[in-house]
Amino acid sequence: MRKLSAFNLGAIALGIAFLYLPIVILVIYSFNASRLVAVWGGWSTRWYAELRQDAPLLDSAFISIRLALTAATAATILGTLAALALVRFGRFRGRLLFAAMIYAPLVMPEVITGLSLLLLFVAVAVDRGFWTVAVAHTTMAMCFVTVIVQSRLVDFDMSLEEAAMDLGASPLRTFFAVTLPLILPAIAAAWMLAFALSLDDLVIASFTTGPGVTTLPIRIYSQVRLGVKPEMNAVCSIMVAVVGVAVIAASLLAKLGGARGGAARL
Amino acid sequence: MPMKRQQQGSVLQRLVLCIPYAWLLVFFLVPFLIVLKISLSQTAIAQPPYTPAFDLAAGWHGLVTFFSGLSLDNYGLIGSDPLYILSYVKSVEIAAFSTLFLLVIGYPIAYAIARTPRRAQAVLIVLVVLPFWTSLLIRIYAWMNILQRDGPLNDVLMALSIVKEPPAWLSTDSAIYIGIVYSYLPFMVLPLYATLEKLDESLLEAAADLGCPRWKIFWLVTLPLSSSGMLAGVLLCFIPIVGEFVIPDLLGGSRSPMIGQTIWTEFFGNKDWPAASAVAVLLVGLLVTPIVIYQNQAARAVERE
Repeated sequence: MRKLSAFNLGAIALGIAFLYLPIVILVIYSFNASRLVAVWGGWSTRWYAELRQDAPLLDSAFISIRLALTAATAATILGTLAALALVRFGRFRGRLLFAAMIYAPLVMPEVITGLSLLLLFVAVAVDRGFWTVAVAHTTMAMCFVTVIVQSRLVDFDMSLEEAAMDLGASPLRTFFAVTLPLILPAIAAAWMLAFALSLDDLVIASFTTGPGVTTLPIRIYSQVRLGVKPEMNAVCSIMVAVVGVAVIAASLLAKLGGARGGAARL
Repeated sequence: MPMKRQQQGSVLQRLVLCIPYAWLLVFFLVPFLIVLKISLSQTAIAQPPYTPAFDLAAGWHGLVTFFSGLSLDNYGLIGSDPLYILSYVKSVEIAAFSTLFLLVIGYPIAYAIARTPRRAQAVLIVLVVLPFWTSLLIRIYAWMNILQRDGPLNDVLMALSIVKEPPAWLSTDSAIYIGIVYSYLPFMVLPLYATLEKLDESLLEAAADLGCPRWKIFWLVTLPLSSSGMLAGVLLCFIPIVGEFVIPDLLGGSRSPMIGQTIWTEFFGNKDWPAASAVAVLLVGLLVTPIVIYQNQAARAVERE
């Protein structure tokens, strides 16, 4: 019944090619032996080998991973609580403001989020560094977590919780024994998204960081501003590979766990 | 026993709500109020580089001096300096055109995906979303490789003899458009797909049975029925594009910056925090209208369901 016309097939093929070709070209160039990026000098892994010598870069990678772990975990806890409040508490007082504060950051330009958080940190005279960036990333990422977990909670079967409560489980126990395991796939997906957002962020980190804390995107940005560099092709290819493997693994996992509600929204 | 359980429940409930609420108040709302306040302050050579500073210890008198120190000077500066006005105009222009391009390119893709068999749809949607998971910085950097003067795009164009001389792509608006369309395509395709996938095919069949030509069915039935997805996609793209920083900074030229770049330069380059804050406040004002439209739209969609 559903026949695919040549036009439709062409639209899909061109669309997918457009989305993937640049990344494929980047990975191919990262194996280029020539220092001049545009001149093909044969296959080589020398840029990957040189990365191991680049201590500041490795340092930045380490900072970024630590930062993403911290921010993603904090954002997942805060965002899940917010989702529970939005789905379960009905029309509580201040709900409108709460919902606005959840949805506004989703579309807010990063320049403004970064600027406003920096001005807050300056106003309370706190030393800027790892923790200020972590707080900023948590704030930015928690709203995405809320949206994902919320979509899972909306089609949650309440009778399961009621049954647990009727059998004498306390609300806290009900949450950990019944609710949490059922929404866990969505929470895991949300954690991964928060991790990716933190690892990816340049603008907010640039505003809120302090001396000595240079995240990986800030380091890459300062290098590529001046033009393409073969070492950067290698760094970027590694990041693409890591993210690709993680996302594919996660979507397989989500499929096994039947997390269609949570993952489909993304 | 049930009494105690209920109490525990209400304390827990309060905690569940209060923790994220307090976090957002402190780290989202309060920072905004500070931006608003600093946008009304004067630049000063001090740490922090603006005046008046808010001094709670000075009591009522301090409060009076604080408010009398505020002024609208920064907004006057923005109104009188063509640099700022041009940067707003350029941001809205780039956002408007690239959103249009996104709609024209994204619609056929979303439409085609919605017409494939169910199982293929799931795979194709994952394929569309996957690039979004890799860093924006990396995706834009990939385009820097491609758009170089002696890069692959010019190689292809020369080989097909579409151009005689390799054109410069980097530092042009075309490069900004390419980068934006590339980065935001998933944000356009997903909401469009979500509405097109729900489209009732019996309506299309009915129109065809009554002798309506195919282009007319599309124009009279499909397009109007997907308007909610189009609006969602347009807003999801337009709003963030206006404030975009990384894409114009890496792919565009420095001659006429977008508003995100202007805030960045005022802040990091000129260290003019009050001016940067005022530009930011006006940008939020510019973006609030579409956000309100979107909120209303979303609320109505929820009610319909």
